Amino acid sequence: MDNVYDGLLEGDSSQWAFGTDFEDPLAGVDTTVPAGVDGADLATYCLMLGDDALVLSQRLAEWCSRAPELEEDIALANMALDLLGQARLLLARAAAADPAVVPALPSGSPVPAEDALAFFRDAGQFRNVRLAEVPNGDFAHVVVRLLLFSTARLATLDALRASVDTVLAAVAAKGVKELTYHRDWAGRWFVTLAQGTEESRRRLLGALDSSWPLRAELVTAHPVERSLPGVAADQSAVAGQVDAVLDQVLAVAGVDRPGKAPLAGVGGRTGRDGRHTEHLSRLLAEMQSVARAHPTGRW
Amino acid sequence: MTPDPWVVASEVRDPEMPMLTLTDLGVLRDVRLVDDTVIASITPTYSGCPAMATMRDDLVHRLTDAGFPRVEVRIVLEPAWSSDWITARGRAALHDAGLSAPGPARTDTGPARTDTGPIALTLGPVRRALTCPRCGSGATELVSEFGATACKALYRCTDCLEPFDHVKEI
Repeated sequence: MDNVYDGLLEGDSSQWAFGTDFEDPLAGVDTTVPAGVDGADLATYCLMLGDDALVLSQRLAEWCSRAPELEEDIALANMALDLLGQARLLLARAAAADPAVVPALPSGSPVPAEDALAFFRDAGQFRNVRLAEVPNGDFAHVVVRLLLFSTARLATLDALRASVDTVLAAVAAKGVKELTYHRDWAGRWFVTLAQGTEESRRRLLGALDSSWPLRAELVTAHPVERSLPGVAADQSAVAGQVDAVLDQVLAVAGVDRPGKAPLAGVGGRTGRDGRHTEHLSRLLAEMQSVARAHPTGRW
Repeated sequence: MTPDPWVVASEVRDPEMPMLTLTDLGVLRDVRLVDDTVIASITPTYSGCPAMATMRDDLVHRLTDAGFPRVEVRIVLEPAWSSDWITARGRAALHDAGLSAPGPARTDTGPARTDTGPIALTLGPVRRALTCPRCGSGATELVSEFGATACKALYRCTDCLEPFDHVKEI
């Protein structure tokens, strides 16, 4: 027998947990681009939202086995999984809206479009905000990052439930339910650390100070978003909601709103334009190396 | 004579919570026979639920074994799954297996939301009126809002001291 596992399963491959092959996360879903909407712009917008989720999911996964308590370790892994699922749907939606965004792979490669986008693009092609990519710090840092990120993402997805792109609206409606749990988790830990010991408060304020300049990118309308009225979330409305929620958390925690200015881009270009910190390319090197070594591999 | 494909598909079980059929869980949305092809539609509970591929494989496997030569499994994203869709039979099965069933899902994250402000933030302790599925005591405490799978929170009974899973409201 060539493969010992075949004998265990008596040729019944359906007994493998979680299937044996790729599947399309949008199988049977109508992915027609709505009339009057530019497919390339829609794809770019989906990459922004999908890359935010993918890159932060990878950072959260790095926490696995490192959190201060088992329960919080599991919480971070759960949130990483939710974001990975959202990323998969959004990258698949981007590929369906504009197949030209999908990197070309060797003929015969079984890698689906969303995996090609995740594993075969370089840092300059990623559209995520820089807040998602900076390295993990201590536990206070992940709390602050998740509070800033999930507050903005929840408001954005909430608005997207009314998007004229029905695929985006459906992905957003699911994500809203998930992000509500993420934001509550981060908000509660923010208050807990702020009102805990001198040391926990010192670390929280340090994390807030270093993360705050990266926040603006999440609520600043990008030209691609402005070119998609009715499709993309209205960032001015999102920003108002985000401010209200953050002010609520800061007030309960007894923490002043930081005054630090947003981190500048390079020539006005930021993560949304593919201009990233040096940390993203290192993150991608680890995340992508196996897939890139085996572009025709089956997993 | 071939059986009703709906009945066959309904008997497929959730791989993570095998006390529930896909119908009990509320993820099987439609089963129809078009010419010689069974088209079964399922909806994800969570965006990243890794059980979807197994559900798909199990549907294909069961329906093929039941005599349907061609099976196609489709994903339905809209409306988004809610824990409110777990049936009464499913809730009883969860309880019998030592799990606590979800209460009503919050309305402001569902499709009925009408107000325009932010979705309400919960900074205080999470309070659910639960009873321990083992001893029936109402004295329970939340250990973590995130449990062994995406759909569960972890609780502990302060009377019998046993931990138990609570299927989350979503």
